Formats: sequence, C-alpha cells, structure tokens
Amino acid sequence: MPLRGSWAAGPWGRLRPLLLLSLAACAARASEITFELPDNAKQCFYEEIAQGTKCTLEFQVITGGHYDVDCRLEDPDGLVLYKEMKKQYDSFTFTASRNGTYKFCFSNEFSTFTHKTVYFDFQVGEDPPLFPSENRVTALTQMESACVSIHEALKSVIDYQTHFRLREAQGRSRAEDLNTRVAYWSIGEAIILLVVSIGQVFLLKSFFSDKRTTTTRVGS
Amino acid sequence: LALYFHSGEREEKCIIEDVPSDTLVIGNYKVQRWDIHIQDFLESAPGLGMFVTVTAPSAEVLLSKLYGPQGTFSFTSYLSGEHIICLQSNSTRFVTFAGSNLRIHLDIRVGEHFLDESVLQAKDKVNEVKIRLEHLIEKVHHISKEQDYEREREEKFRKTSEETNSNILWWAIAQTLILISIGFWQIKSLRDFFISKKLV
Repeated sequence: MPLRGSWAAGPWGRLRPLLLLSLAACAARASEITFELPDNAKQCFYEEIAQGTKCTLEFQVITGGHYDVDCRLEDPDGLVLYKEMKKQYDSFTFTASRNGTYKFCFSNEFSTFTHKTVYFDFQVGEDPPLFPSENRVTALTQMESACVSIHEALKSVIDYQTHFRLREAQGRSRAEDLNTRVAYWSIGEAIILLVVSIGQVFLLKSFFSDKRTTTTRVGS
Repeated sequence: LALYFHSGEREEKCIIEDVPSDTLVIGNYKVQRWDIHIQDFLESAPGLGMFVTVTAPSAEVLLSKLYGPQGTFSFTSYLSGEHIICLQSNSTRFVTFAGSNLRIHLDIRVGEHFLDESVLQAKDKVNEVKIRLEHLIEKVHHISKEQDYEREREEKFRKTSEETNSNILWWAIAQTLILISIGFWQIKSLRDFFISKKLV
C-alpha cells in the first residue's frame, strides 16, 4: 500500500534504525518520487531487497503528451519481472525470489519532444505492527486495538488521498493543455479566415484587371 | 537509504514534491563515486559534495547549500505547490567516460512528525498509548492540510475548465461573425468591381 512520507516505516523503524537492524528483514520502506523524464530519456532506480520480501511498485504519469511511459522491472539476474509499454498507470506486486539489487526503469524513448512527469511509489516489505508482540503477556487492550484500527484507517485515507491528488494533477494538466490549444487554434483559424477571404477577392480582381484587351470580348 | 539511481558527474537531478503550505520536508541522501581502479563505487568519496537547491512554486529559492557526500537537508514550505529539489555534485572533473558515474541514494520524507525518543522509551502503558494517539492526531492534521490544498487545486482546475469553455464559445461566435461579414464584403466588393469593369 503506497504511503507518503515517514509513516511507511512507522514511528519505530524511523527513529531507532540501529537498534532495529535485527528487524531489517521485515522493515518496511517506501520511497515515492515524482520526477521529470525528458524526451528520449530513460531513468532507472535500484533497490536492494532481501529474499522473501513482498514489494509493490506503483507508478503514474502526471503530465506530458499522451500521459504514458514504458516501465520495466528486473531482478538481480536480469530476468524481467514486469514489462509494459506506454502505460498510463499501473501497480505491480511481487515477492523477491532472491537477495540482490532489483532495478526498475522508466523510459520515454518513444517520445520525440514531450517530457513526462512520472510518479512512482516503491513499497518494500510490510509495515511493522504498531504494538509489537515480543514482550506481550496479555492481548491488546481496547485502547491499543482502537489505535491499531485508526492507524489502518488513516493509512487507507492517505493512500486514497495520494491517488486522488495524482488524478487531479493529471486532469488539471489536461485541462490546461486543452485551454492553450483552444486559444491558439482559435486565433490561428480567425487569422487564416481573414487572410484567405481577403486574398480571394484580390486574386479574383487581379484576374480581370490584366485582361484589358479582352474586356469587350468577355462583355459581349 | 535504500533506493538509488545513477547520475553523471556534473548532471543535475531534480525531483518534484507537491506539498501543502507549512509542511516540513526532510531529505536524506548519500552519494558514491565510481572508481576505475576497483571497478566499483567507493564506499565514501572524500571531497565530494552535493549542491542541494530547493525551489518554491513562486520560483523563489528556499534552500541552496553545499553538503558533503552524505547529508540531510530539510525545508518548510511557505506556499502550497510544487517544490523542486535539485541535486548536483560539486565535482570539477570533466566526464571521464560516457555514462553515469555517480550513485545517489535518496530518501525524501514529507510531513515528518517527530516523536520524542526518550518518551518512546516509556515503559508505562498509558504513556505509550498516549504517544500513539498524539501521532495519530498529527497524521489527521496532515490529512486535513492536504485536503485544503486539494480544494485549492480543484478550484484552479475548475477555473481553467470554465475559461476553456468560454474561450470556445466566444471564439466560435467571433469566427461566425467574421465569416458572415467577410462573405458580405466579398460579394459586395466583387459586384462593385464587375460593375465598374462593365462586365455585368
């Protein structure tokens, strides 16, 4: 589940990284980055993942051209886990089959002059439980259960909010494009209209002006 | 600092963060340089620094500082909007070979809410739940701020759509008027012309 900012790691993982190295195997990380991909460019990101970790890659194109991009996810052996051409948005979940550096790339090489703004969210691992059950003697109290369910609900809210924000940004980008295009096209068309019609009249006039000698022949 | 990407020596890599106002954004990075001798990225590259530039939506530069090979930078947004965070190394080398030769690890956190570490050590159950609740409350505030920002943007979106709508309407009317008046002018002008040339 894509999350914004620090909440993916929870308050524990973020503040006590040294103490929790032992939990590194199930430590959750989420990186979300919005970047601009110039035309004919390719941008790759790498992440080291331990075996058995469940990961999710989600991406969306926010502005630019037809709002699509090529995406490719490879495992450390070079095996292509996910490959899609000209996708607007997608979400891909996989479990790391082996340790190593996983690589995912976004390519805008098919585009000649539009650069795209791409958002991606790469979530590694599951979130650690809010109230860890190591030193637990009793079940969660009502307060703690309430905290846990509120936490889950808020994570979900943030998730929806992010998706909505991206959709709105995309919609707004399209609307602004449309506005510019309508303005320029209308002005252009009006000018062409004027130029062509006035030109037609003068052209016709010029046909008849040169033929002075044949005026009487045309008249009779 | 798990996620990394490659960059050229003098290349500037930028990322965009769309945040509401009064939001704290914290970035952690680590940069490694390719070493030809060991054919791998050096663990630490002394003397290598990164210029971090943060540009606000109003094109004002919020932060422009040189940090070492590993560092943390942060800024608080005054305006809502797209802030652009750019990283560029201070390397004075010319490109030694084609391709990227800097590895940049990056981690950006938006709306970081610090919990007092010492308070987290609280053995008291009540305190622990209290801290969790405070954290949840902060989260809700952040969501609320984002909602307000979303409302602003939706308004801008709606204005753009309405502007497009009125643009289409007025230009269509204008073009129709031009068409009709030009049509009349054409006929009148040609008729006068033919009459003067004694052709009709």
